[in-house]
Amino acid sequence: MARRTPKTHTPGPDDAPMLLDVEGLGRLIALLAEEGYVVLGPRVRDGAVVYDEVRRVADLPVGWTEEQAPGRYRLVRRDDEAVFGFTLGPHAWKRSLFPPRRRLWRAERSEGDGAFTIAEEPVEAPKQAFLGVRACELAAIAVQDRVFMGGAYVDPVYAARRANTFIVAVNCTQAAATCFCASMDTGPQARSGFDLALTELLDDDRHVFLLEAGTETGRSFAARLSAAPAVPEDVAAARAVVARTAEALTRTLDTDGIRDLLFGNLDHPRWDEVASRCLACTNCTLVCPTCFCSTVEDTTDLTGAVAERWQTWDSCFTMDFSYIHGGSVRKTHRARYRQWLTHKLASWIDQFGTSGCVGCGRCITWCPVGIDLTEEVRAIRESADIPPHTTSANQAQAGR
Amino acid sequence: MQPPTPLQTAAHPMTPVSGRVLRRRWETDDTFTLDIEVAGGRPFPFAPGQFNMLYLFGVGEVPISISGDPDDPSKLTHTTREVGVVTRAMRRLRPGDTLGVRGPFGSAWPVSEAEGRDVVVIAGGIGLAPLRPVVYHLMRHRLRYNRIVILYGARSPEDILYAKELGQWSARLDVEVLVTVDRAARRWRGNVGVITRLIPRAPFDPENVVAMVCGPEIMMSFTVLELHRRGVASERIHVSMERNMKCAIGLCGHCQYGPHFICKDGPVFRFDAVEDLFRVREF
Repeated sequence: MARRTPKTHTPGPDDAPMLLDVEGLGRLIALLAEEGYVVLGPRVRDGAVVYDEVRRVADLPVGWTEEQAPGRYRLVRRDDEAVFGFTLGPHAWKRSLFPPRRRLWRAERSEGDGAFTIAEEPVEAPKQAFLGVRACELAAIAVQDRVFMGGAYVDPVYAARRANTFIVAVNCTQAAATCFCASMDTGPQARSGFDLALTELLDDDRHVFLLEAGTETGRSFAARLSAAPAVPEDVAAARAVVARTAEALTRTLDTDGIRDLLFGNLDHPRWDEVASRCLACTNCTLVCPTCFCSTVEDTTDLTGAVAERWQTWDSCFTMDFSYIHGGSVRKTHRARYRQWLTHKLASWIDQFGTSGCVGCGRCITWCPVGIDLTEEVRAIRESADIPPHTTSANQAQAGR
Repeated sequence: MQPPTPLQTAAHPMTPVSGRVLRRRWETDDTFTLDIEVAGGRPFPFAPGQFNMLYLFGVGEVPISISGDPDDPSKLTHTTREVGVVTRAMRRLRPGDTLGVRGPFGSAWPVSEAEGRDVVVIAGGIGLAPLRPVVYHLMRHRLRYNRIVILYGARSPEDILYAKELGQWSARLDVEVLVTVDRAARRWRGNVGVITRLIPRAPFDPENVVAMVCGPEIMMSFTVLELHRRGVASERIHVSMERNMKCAIGLCGHCQYGPHFICKDGPVFRFDAVEDLFRVREF
């Protein structure tokens, strides 16, 4: 299967950044649709920003922002008309690359000998454009690329959808209280993994977007938008906005030696403490943009002549997840929370050469009891059985 | 040596190939063996220790280790105990019935690495099934190995798996077979007690032995302790691990064990690779 590797290309004279006004953003949406892409972007629905099809700028959360805190998410009106003046809602893009529920195949049993034949589900991979992908989400997509396409087995549905996805990144102009992308070195500036990137510049004088191309495909689209060339001051203004966002980040996660820290403290009393709050509701795993676990459901119709295999998202917080004959391996909330956190922040590094956390903070916001993984790690670090070595690099990171 | 890769005839790695039951025989009250012909008689090469995903139409799919002879790929053999929905339905399979097969998956017992050394095979209960291909291999290539010891523990004399074959192996002069049961009626003349009690008197050189251990985790745990006590290093102990598995191809996440995916990095691990996690409860 052909895989389009989204990589940053060296900027040449032809792809100098451009300035797009709000109408120009509308032209971009229209152009993508014209080229056969289903354009997916942020929309306000049921009191939250979710990702769904957008046809025009007015579909986007214009003039909305949100307040986020552990266990809390509220949409709030802005006093301006910013198009991307919010951060992240509960949806991650993974739902469009790794569908929550999909049929893998359908089998029919013949009357006579009971033999069955299997018809595989055709791989559906519509051309889709993601509009408004934040830097942490670009990182999350890169993480899932490794999971689903980097090993001996490739998930054919993910790979096909990924190859047909056009990505328009949006740099963050504000930080939510739950964000910690800088700690995970994933944001807030989008650095790679996009076809186009936008930075919204909004002040008393103007409302424009700095448009930058990350791939050849992105560049060819940009060239058709009849946008004005940007001057170096525009680029500097865009970088300054993102730098201010970075400064506004309040949450941090110290990742120094985190693998050894967590694996050296598998019997730390903090696991009992967090288990006394954790409801094992699975919310964190469902909103997480990198969580990839799935299960298989084998079903039959009422006649028993037709069977199907479905693949659905699963969560390590369920009792079923670790069930083997005789019972579940991880019966307690303690064991399940520990599994999730040690996988996300530690064993993920062994498995895929990267952390499983991109610092988006969704698991903090959408936890009904407000469990904050940065706080859990801090608590373990501060009272660790095996204190990890502290390096100067770590202090530099913690200080930024 | 890389173990064989799965036989795949469809586009999606989670689509099984069809298999037909050739024979079913009962080993004990609740344990049976299926001989299966895969995809119209295609040879099914596998390495000792590997497993397949067996699918029953509309019921579900379960991982089961291959328990046949690796030198005879014409026939696929699985021994399983009825413990869940799928295996209970599987007991009703008759010759000619169809089922789905995906595999072989996973890592293998280190039969090549063990050449020139003593080999001790230690199995508890149904754990003998994934080790039987090792025994077949050792017997067929007997001269490549030094002393061969098989230690087997079952709940009761009635639960002894492959009893006839154990008898045949134990009749050989060049193989030592020791069997013990947890409990027995008076007419049982063999050993009674946990399997770890066989280890101190098993005839092998702890400095130059390869141990292959399979059984319930608690049994493997105490077995390893006893092997350590005799001076066998973790690097020469191998265990077969079990976790929930849905995909068997490292994508569904269920079988994670710290850094490992049991389905692709295991099920057979050199003990030092899992030693630190082995002592952690509910991991």
